[in-house]
Amino acid sequence: MATTVALPPRHYLNDGYGIASWLLTRDHKRIGLLYLAGVTFFFFIGGAFAVLIRLELATPVGDLVTDETYNKLFTMHGVMMVFFFLIPAIPSVLGNFLIPIMIGAKDLAFPKLNLASWYIYMIGALFTTYAIVTGGLDTGWTFYTPFSTVSSTSNVIPAALGIFITGFSSILTGLNFIVTVHRMRAPGMTWFRLPLFVWSHYATSLIMVLGTPVLAITILLVAAERLFHFGFFDPAVGGDPVLFQHLFWFYSHPAVYIMVLPAMGVISELVAAFCRKQVFGYGFVAFASLGIAVLGFLVWGHHMFVAGQSVYAALIFSILSFLVAIPSAVKVFNWTATMYQGSVSWDTPMLYAIGFIGLFTIGGLTGLFLAAVGLDVHVTDTYFIVAHFHYIMVGGTIMGYLGGLHYWWPKISGRLYNEWLAKFSALVIFLGFNLTFFPQFILGYLGMPRRYHAYPPEFQVLNVLSSAGASILGVGYLIPMIYLMWSLRYGRPAGANPWGAVGLEWTTTSPPPTANFVETPIVTWDAYDYSARVEDHVA
Amino acid sequence: MFSGFTLFPERASTMAGRVDALYFALVGLSTFFSVLIAGLIVYFAIKYRRRAPNAIGAPIHGSLALELAWTGLPFLMTMGIFVWGASVFFAMSRPPDETLNIYVVGKQWMWKFQHLDGQREINELHVPVGRPVKMIMTSEDVIHDFFVPAFRVKADVIPGRYTSIWFQPTKPGRYHLFCAEYCGTRHSGMIGQVVVMDPSQYQTWLSGGAPEGSLASAGAKLFADLACNTCHRPDAQGRGPVLEGLFGNTVTLQSGETMAVDEAYVRESILTPSARVAAGFQPIMPTFQGLVTEEQLLELIEYVKSLKTLPQVQPR
Repeated sequence: MATTVALPPRHYLNDGYGIASWLLTRDHKRIGLLYLAGVTFFFFIGGAFAVLIRLELATPVGDLVTDETYNKLFTMHGVMMVFFFLIPAIPSVLGNFLIPIMIGAKDLAFPKLNLASWYIYMIGALFTTYAIVTGGLDTGWTFYTPFSTVSSTSNVIPAALGIFITGFSSILTGLNFIVTVHRMRAPGMTWFRLPLFVWSHYATSLIMVLGTPVLAITILLVAAERLFHFGFFDPAVGGDPVLFQHLFWFYSHPAVYIMVLPAMGVISELVAAFCRKQVFGYGFVAFASLGIAVLGFLVWGHHMFVAGQSVYAALIFSILSFLVAIPSAVKVFNWTATMYQGSVSWDTPMLYAIGFIGLFTIGGLTGLFLAAVGLDVHVTDTYFIVAHFHYIMVGGTIMGYLGGLHYWWPKISGRLYNEWLAKFSALVIFLGFNLTFFPQFILGYLGMPRRYHAYPPEFQVLNVLSSAGASILGVGYLIPMIYLMWSLRYGRPAGANPWGAVGLEWTTTSPPPTANFVETPIVTWDAYDYSARVEDHVA
Repeated sequence: MFSGFTLFPERASTMAGRVDALYFALVGLSTFFSVLIAGLIVYFAIKYRRRAPNAIGAPIHGSLALELAWTGLPFLMTMGIFVWGASVFFAMSRPPDETLNIYVVGKQWMWKFQHLDGQREINELHVPVGRPVKMIMTSEDVIHDFFVPAFRVKADVIPGRYTSIWFQPTKPGRYHLFCAEYCGTRHSGMIGQVVVMDPSQYQTWLSGGAPEGSLASAGAKLFADLACNTCHRPDAQGRGPVLEGLFGNTVTLQSGETMAVDEAYVRESILTPSARVAAGFQPIMPTFQGLVTEEQLLELIEYVKSLKTLPQVQPR
């Protein structure tokens, strides 16, 4: 690594100053940063709700907040985290920034649409924020009917409208990625030379485009029933309350894969870069992403094993849910095998990748408990579920997001962060996460239902452990916020390729020029082809 | 804080052991794979750690044999678990023929129980040990969920329809009953106790109090009060179908379809009579929507169920 590197004289960050140069930008990199600001803000809002939830649950009686407030806290935690952080985080920040560079393009296919999708996201977020500050929402993020349509007196319609609007930003981003990957690849960048990050985002985009409209329609039906008392879901006027669950999970189960597939893409990049090795079984990992996207649409009924669906429907959804576990397992095995005979560095992003693989493995394996229908009956709607999906979404998606942010931060900002602080916070996050969520598996099997404001006293020890873990986890998330901000001004310039990684993004300057490349690259090599390109990159 | 602390729930039904066996098998499997993956990662991370700044990994691209192995083995394993989980679920879904039936009505935020002998309870349910008990459940308002962790059973309680679960308690004692589907402000207060008693104690408890008589007799009174009996007569001379011996059989509809007469059909026939009219009758029955409560509906259903005997006077 060269000792004296400086930032390039011209790059996307100094190509225009002032608020208008950001708010009217069509540069996918700047839009990625606009999203970064948005999702970070909503992550900390959602996190603040989580802190209050865990504080309340430190004691078995409901003593910190009222039950009504508690219900609003877990609802708004879920809504903020799912719709305004987890779903957009990796695609809209890292995907936006990296997909054009990774395929050797100047920008996404529709730059103005890309900016529009950020505005749509922010407008949706404002609606939902309005719902929160003017009284909140108490339906749970799942909006189950008929509670949400006839019983709840909270701000259901503005909150739902916010989610409806934000959905369009998801659709437009997905559409933009699909067209970009089809039409904008540099000469020689064939499908099977694409980085796996691009493959997983392609799969994610398919889900966004095909699934999100169903959520939009479902939300409109809820709003219509609330406003005009149509009998869609309310049995008192001839509706079917379980129909809502079918429609909701038809989107919201695939949405889990919208959250985790991009993280899997990040992990493939990290494992390759920090082992300096081709990802083991590239084609299998790529097609596993598509397999997950397709099968993910066929398993929604496993959320309703106890909701009175027929025994045979339950069995079909059970077997399909087991099948969707296979491509996930294939990925884990391939990442592990990639490390074999690699040149493994222990830089911060790799620590996150290792953390991801470990936590995602536990999250995935506990998914088998839930797919086994006879066992799901006992653990569904308990803290077992809460623990399981936090292992996937926090242990998976957020570890992937933070790992990716640390890996590409030198590319995004042009500067290096403090490596020791970064390693320390990765460790804090890993330990805090496990202390928070592992006890919840035990609580769930003991029978503690989720969304309980007060609970029987014999559950207190495990809840105290969980709350203690949450406070550690919270600190772990604040530290990167500080040193990454610090690095923007004081970090050492990173140079084009601080990690010695291959991939088109490391061939351009850090930060890249507005057009990404001085000349359009011509690709003659496979992704992660370290042995062939060692002179170019690891010099 | 440590009083009653435990890591494993009490086991108090015939189903609990089967569910736990599957649970432990999966815990074992998960531990094995978690340790395997974590062990390999740590081992590789140390053994193949980067020793020179410019070092690169070996040019290994993959292995078809390995890919097939780690696709095929998990496939076989998950299919095994699927069959196991499905068999447990089948047992949960198929109650024995002879069950003690108890009706449940959930409402924000309490559990109401109606025993066939007429006892009514709120948030406390008394059942005898050793007998299969079937809960037939509905809700007055939003979706609730009947969950007894010690029995390892759970089912949503849904407005506008009947769901059921069954369990056979194996141990006298008091067990938590939770509402497991979020139902609004006092969701975490919608809890109760299942009291499992020795059969003799249960008999004493049963004889303790049922001032209004059995559920079916309350239904019979209601049947007369609502003037149902003017059309539904046992002698086949009424304007409505004969109800004697109907429950549990099938009925032919005007469309030619046949329909099993169960709780759901009786309920629908009271609330929206024109939905599925029996062949040979006119859709003249008025709706009783809003005129009968969920609990009265259950009384009527139980009365219809009690009309098992065929009419005394056979039509010629």
